[in-house]
Amino acid sequence: MIIADKKPIEEIIETIAPFEQILILGCNECVTVCEAGGKKEVEILASALRIYFLNQGREITIDEKTIERQCDHEYLEELRGRVDRYQAVVSLACGVGVQFMADKYKTLEVFPGVNTCFLGATETRGVWVELCQACGSCILAQTGGICPVTRCAKRVMNGPCGGSTKGKCEIDKEIDCAWQLILDRMKRLGRLDKYEAVAPIKDWSSDRAGGPRKIIREDVR
Amino acid sequence: MKAATPSRLEKILSTGELAVTSECGPPRGSDPDVITRKADLIKDHVDAINITDNQTAVTRMCSLAACIRLKLMGLEPILQMVTRDRNRIGLQSDILGAASFDIHNILCLTGDHQSFGDCAAGQNVHDLDSIQLIQTVRHMRDEHQFLGGNEILRPPRMFVGAAANPFADPFEIRVPRLAKKIAAGVEFIQTQCIYNLDKFERWIQLAGEKGLLDSVHILAGVTPLKSAGMARYMKNRVPGMEVPEEVIKRMAGTPKEKQAEEGIKICVESIQRLKQVEGVRGFHVMAIEWEEKVPEIVEKAGLHPRPTVEED
Repeated sequence: MIIADKKPIEEIIETIAPFEQILILGCNECVTVCEAGGKKEVEILASALRIYFLNQGREITIDEKTIERQCDHEYLEELRGRVDRYQAVVSLACGVGVQFMADKYKTLEVFPGVNTCFLGATETRGVWVELCQACGSCILAQTGGICPVTRCAKRVMNGPCGGSTKGKCEIDKEIDCAWQLILDRMKRLGRLDKYEAVAPIKDWSSDRAGGPRKIIREDVR
Repeated sequence: MKAATPSRLEKILSTGELAVTSECGPPRGSDPDVITRKADLIKDHVDAINITDNQTAVTRMCSLAACIRLKLMGLEPILQMVTRDRNRIGLQSDILGAASFDIHNILCLTGDHQSFGDCAAGQNVHDLDSIQLIQTVRHMRDEHQFLGGNEILRPPRMFVGAAANPFADPFEIRVPRLAKKIAAGVEFIQTQCIYNLDKFERWIQLAGEKGLLDSVHILAGVTPLKSAGMARYMKNRVPGMEVPEEVIKRMAGTPKEKQAEEGIKICVESIQRLKQVEGVRGFHVMAIEWEEKVPEIVEKAGLHPRPTVEED
């Protein structure tokens, strides 16, 4: 799923300060699971903002709403007729949701309330880890199901580099060396003999390097 | 192995003579004298000089320009090139630029992560990794082609090197990784600084058992310790560096004013021992900001005078 993290409230206050009617809009998908932008976080943020502006002696309307998915036209349509009463929306969805909102409601200010961070999973409650960079041409078959593009700090295709120490990455003793994990797994799978094949130079044109990406599937259009 | 390039380093290695290389770190400024002064200190005692490429991810004068300074002095540079800062366009372009100045040696590296340096907020590139950079140089040199397939007019003629670190983990993969570099086309290796000689000997022995030693020239890396503090720093702070407790004890057990001398002694003793090791074809003396000690080390290790080589 997409993992997001809360934005500092000071940053949100600064962006919405010029406005008087504001909607805090949550999303029931990934950001709910990673506890950054679901119904609960919408409530907490809205309360904190109300208290802040009240203390400032300003009368500002701050409403709350959480919809099923902000990256879906159907659910965003639910808001039509309602968003007109607001000058600005703080979306707690990922960057996709924020952009969908902004695209659909052309004259409405839409601000992000979270930082969209990565594609990952919950390790334990309160800890989320990155597992995929959506490079567009998956090599997990060659690397024992562990992604060096994402999990090696230098995305080394023929690792481990010379900085791997006791299974950890040179940049942080808390970060596993992806290539140590790959080698351990290849060993368990009895595939360590494949290690010596040189990984070819990667075609990054399916990555962000190739420009904005789009998939067109004629079979399902 | 017969020399395939005009590289002086390759020629010396191909005669079976022990080679000696050293390195100069470029300055954090544009003063060319920093390079020429360092090079002057070591030029009569080494066969070729590495110029580091923004080592430890700290921004410095570029390796290529500093290599050109060495060429202008009539010296033999080894262009270090990391894949951290340039994509395949930049790398190939710099290789051609170096070749235009007849720089005949290249050392292909991944580079330290930018979080260690002065631009921790910067992007890293890593379009290729070090092994793929080896492939790239060999492709340009041998096939006279860019990665994109088009022909290179006056291709580079470079002797291709890489680093190897027998002390990084996991140890068991360090020989297979060397094999991978050889498969990619590497011709010489400069190793990480060796303080744990037993481990290094085990590594090179395993490389020998795998039949790798006839396909690559291995230059053993040595760095003289200036002080017990430096020994501890290297052990604790430098990624992938191993300094055994006995070395630290020996340095710490020496009075402070004699520690530098002791460090040189350890370095020379290491070279003497490693000279006897099968597969060691030379030495890479990395006297970090202590270049003036290189001549003394090389002389005491019995590696001076350096052989003369006929130019192409």
